[in-house]
Amino acid sequence: MRLTINGKEETVSDVVNIADLLKIRGIETPEMVSVELNSEILNRVDFETTQLKENDQIEFLFFMGGGQTRG
Amino acid sequence: MELNEEQIHRYSRHLILADVGIEGQQKILEAKVLVIGAGGLGSPILYYLAAAGVGTIGIVDGDVVDMTNLQRQIVHFTSDIDRTKVQSAKEKINLLNPDVQVHIREERVEADNALEIISGYDFIVDGTDNFAAKYLINDACIITKKPYSHAGILRFNGQTMTVLPGESACLRCIFPEPPPPDAVPTCSQAGVLGVLAGVLGTLQATETLKYILGKGDLLANRLQTFDALKMEFRNLKIKKRVECPVCGESPQITSLIDYEQTVCDLKL
Repeated sequence: MRLTINGKEETVSDVVNIADLLKIRGIETPEMVSVELNSEILNRVDFETTQLKENDQIEFLFFMGGGQTRG
Repeated sequence: MELNEEQIHRYSRHLILADVGIEGQQKILEAKVLVIGAGGLGSPILYYLAAAGVGTIGIVDGDVVDMTNLQRQIVHFTSDIDRTKVQSAKEKINLLNPDVQVHIREERVEADNALEIISGYDFIVDGTDNFAAKYLINDACIITKKPYSHAGILRFNGQTMTVLPGESACLRCIFPEPPPPDAVPTCSQAGVLGVLAGVLGTLQATETLKYILGKGDLLANRLQTFDALKMEFRNLKIKKRVECPVCGESPQITSLIDYEQTVCDLKL
């Protein structure tokens, strides 16, 4: 299946839904990621039920701002 | 407010810009901007807003300057170690531009003081480094309808967007809830290339000045991302969500929340 992921066209196999895609992309911190599918932000609870189709556009948005350090 | 001779000199490169001019410079001199966090992002934000002549700048920060800050927090010098960040920043601004009135508050933004702290300002800039403060600032700005600039930096990446309450997407439209405190995975991956603060903070200062001037297209309903390793900027379209917990049609969040903030221990 051909998808556009973060602006780049990619061909992926064995991927049915958003949760699969997060897994095969090796995203270690899914709690920190929001997913935009064809310009709509998905609800986190829908990751497993949202089916992907040819030419879908996906953006992974990472929350930044939790890395405060105590030196 | 009439510009005096010295101001005509100081701001001459603004005055000759068609989109600023005397009228625009007067707007800048009359503007009141609050910068929350006098750290990595806050440093370039404060320097450029002060240099531009923003008439009133508020600074909120509860920390003191630490040696590990100096790699990116360029408003603080080695001789400022152990001084409060707000004092250190105020001193630099005063030296840079005596036109600027600086109001400092040496405290953290929390649920019980946020609304009071942001009141009286035209535009708020989030220069904080933790998600608890970022959600607090977002919610406080949405509840009181204050425009603000969000940014975050991590490792070699950064992102920013401008939030116009009621008109554009907010932080919770993208990230409805902060990650659970036990998840805060960024701790294991923390660290940031110092210049990221410069790149993103300077973009935030740019947005602030555009807002004051009423010129150009603000970074609203768009998330600007920057990847320093790839040297790639991307501009992602974002939509305001009707089901957003704070700015949606039936918001569940109507008062401020103090989230628990995990702080990473840095082992060297």
